[in-house]
Formats: sequence, C-alpha cells, structure tokens
Amino acid sequence: MDEISFLLLLFDSLLGLSLLWLAWQALSSPDLFRAIVLFIAYGLLMALVWIRLDAVDVALAEAAIGSGLTGALLLATLARLETKNSNQLSVNKQQVINKSVNNPILFWLILMILILVLVTGLIYAVLTLPENIAGLGGIVAENLNISGVTNPVTAVLLNFRSYDTLLEMSVLLLVLIAVWSLGGIPKQQQLFPGPVLNLLIKLLVPILIIVSGYFLWAGADAHGGAFQAGAILGAAGVLLLLTGWRLSGSFMGLALRSMLILGLGVFIVTGVILIILDGQFLEYPVSHSGLLILLIEVVATLSIGITLAALFLGGRPVDRRRK
Amino acid sequence: MLIIDILTVILLLAGAVFFLAGTVGLLRFPDIYTRLHALTKADNAGLGLVIAGLALQVESWFVVAKLLLIWLLVLLASASVAHLIAKTARQKGIKPWTK
Repeated sequence: MDEISFLLLLFDSLLGLSLLWLAWQALSSPDLFRAIVLFIAYGLLMALVWIRLDAVDVALAEAAIGSGLTGALLLATLARLETKNSNQLSVNKQQVINKSVNNPILFWLILMILILVLVTGLIYAVLTLPENIAGLGGIVAENLNISGVTNPVTAVLLNFRSYDTLLEMSVLLLVLIAVWSLGGIPKQQQLFPGPVLNLLIKLLVPILIIVSGYFLWAGADAHGGAFQAGAILGAAGVLLLLTGWRLSGSFMGLALRSMLILGLGVFIVTGVILIILDGQFLEYPVSHSGLLILLIEVVATLSIGITLAALFLGGRPVDRRRK
Repeated sequence: MLIIDILTVILLLAGAVFFLAGTVGLLRFPDIYTRLHALTKADNAGLGLVIAGLALQVESWFVVAKLLLIWLLVLLASASVAHLIAKTARQKGIKPWTK
C-alpha cells in the first residue's frame, strides 16, 4: 500500500468514526439546541462522505437541504417550542421514559432485543451481498445519448426515473400542506436585524440567486440540478425572512400558491400530454428530451425554493385581500 | 519537488496551524467573546493560507478566481456571524471575562 492510499484510508476511517460519534451525540443529547447543532455538523460531515464516494450531486443536496435548510427549520421549531413551554423542554429524556413507561426494565430489554435483531439483520445483509455487482451504471451510460443531458445523475432523476422526482416533489408539497394545516404564521417578536445582518443579506441574496441559476444550468452536463438549485433559492428566502422581510399581503394568496404548485403541475401536465402523444407517462420524445428536462427543472427549482422558504415561515400565510 | 510544491506545502501547513490554534482556542478559552476571537482567526487566516496554497496548484486563472471567491464569501459570513453572536450575547447580558 503506498502512502497516499494509506492516508486516504486513515482519513476515511476518521470520517466514518466522527460520523458515528456525532450521530450518537445528537441522539443522546438531552439539550435540544445542542442536538440540533450536532445534527447540522453531522450533515456537513455526511456531505464530505458523499464526496469521498464520488457522489458530488448527493453531497451538494445533503449540504444544502440535509444540513443547511433542515438545520434552519429545526432551529426555528425550537425557538417556537421555547416560547410556548420553556420549562418543559429541559426535562431529562431518561425521566420522561421512566415516567411514561410502566416497567422501565422491560422497556429497555425489548428495545435492546429489537436493536440486536436490526443489527444482526444489517450485518447479515452486508455479508451476503454478492461481491461484484454490476449495478445499473452500465445501462445508464449506454442510454445517456438519448436522455437529452450528459450528466448521468440528471438523466436518471429527470428522465429514466422521473417518477421518483415527481413523487419527491409531491412529498415536499404535502409537507407544506401539513404545516399549513396546523395553523397560521406564529406571531413573532419584532425583528431588529441591525446593519451587519442587513448588509450581509443584501450582498448574499443576489449571489445566492446567481449560484442557484448556475446549478440549474450546470445540472445538464455537470454536478447540480433542480433540487440543489431550489435549496439555494430556498436559503436565500430564509435569509430574507430572517431580516423580517415579508411578501406583501396581496401576493400571499393565489400568487404564492400558484408558484408552489407550478413545478409539480408542469411535471404532471407534461406527463399527461406525453400519454396522449406517445402513450407513455413521462416518456420524452428523444428529439425534445433536453428541452423538456430544462423546462421541468426550471419550474421545479422555483417551486422547491419557494416551498422550502414557505416551510420556514412555519404556518399558513394569511391572504389579506380576503379580510 | 518543484519550488511551487514546497511553497504549497508550507502554506497548507501554516493554514493547518491556524485551524489547530483556532480549535484549541474554541475549546479552551474562558468565555464566548474570546472563543469567537479564536474561531474567526482560523476561518480568516487559516482558510486564506489554505486557499493560497491550493491556488498555486491549479491550472487556470478561472479556478484561482473561484477559490478566492470562496475565501471572500467565508470571510463575509464568518465576520458577520461572529458579530451577530457577540451582539446577541451582549444583549442577553453575558459579561466579558475578566481575570
């Protein structure tokens, strides 16, 4: 073994161990704020792991959504919880379990047995994997020229398996509907962002919009795509919301809702038109596949970005015109 | 080994020293303000040295510009965030550490 590969092995082992340690710390921390910060750090290390596995697209998505936006959402949720019942949160988890379970010893015993079964199952699954699996990489590479793009990840997500992306976007919309069904935007105290945060956001938001557009465009032949671009757009939205910026009331109704369903709507309409023309749902004609993918990705980016920013609001915005 | 490689190694090692010092400071310093001070040194000087070391190794000026942009963005973000944390700490009435 030469030195470089030994160093890489060392690095990978350290990375893997830190990931496990962070996961354990995040789960076992009694302090919720600490747990969230550890979770964000876990997401960033996870992105590094994806890069080591040569999955740059997944790493980008993990860093932007898994770590960044989810972290912001969790912190916003924590802030809301703390204003509601500030004293109940500090209760030790151990006490909660011991109080709510009649027989703590039996509870831990059953838990241990279940975990043991899971771990044995996982070890068995890994050990019985066939050693040389070809995977689907070859088939994707063979058909890349008819997909309309040259990035294999985009080809899979928006063409060969566009069902998956369609369903993912519906999940995102469903989550927002669930959040909205819980009530209106929580009343928050007046925000005083101050000159530093204002300047930072004035500088960052235009850059984020450009980066988002870059990822969207680059997705066709390099790393990037609608989800990464949408996440960055969503991050710009979160930053704006943090300064106290709000969409004017007249846009909160139909305009906002149309933008939220635009991505999924165009996706489904394209699919249905293709059924009528070709007889197959989302089976793009080879000559136009690149254009169709670009169209779907543009609207998907907008909708994903706006959905993520709307999630950060934490409730259903009120359409002021109706009142 | 070329001169340029030696320079890269020196710059990267110097950057690593700053990161190490910043991390030790973050863990060992007595209060939030001194810890922020330690942390921003690692972000600013440490990352700047690492970026300078990497910029010597790339082929095109375009990539150098991208690396510089990363450094500037981190500078902007870390300086602002350090200010925000310190401001919030002061508003919450956390007193600076005195001996």
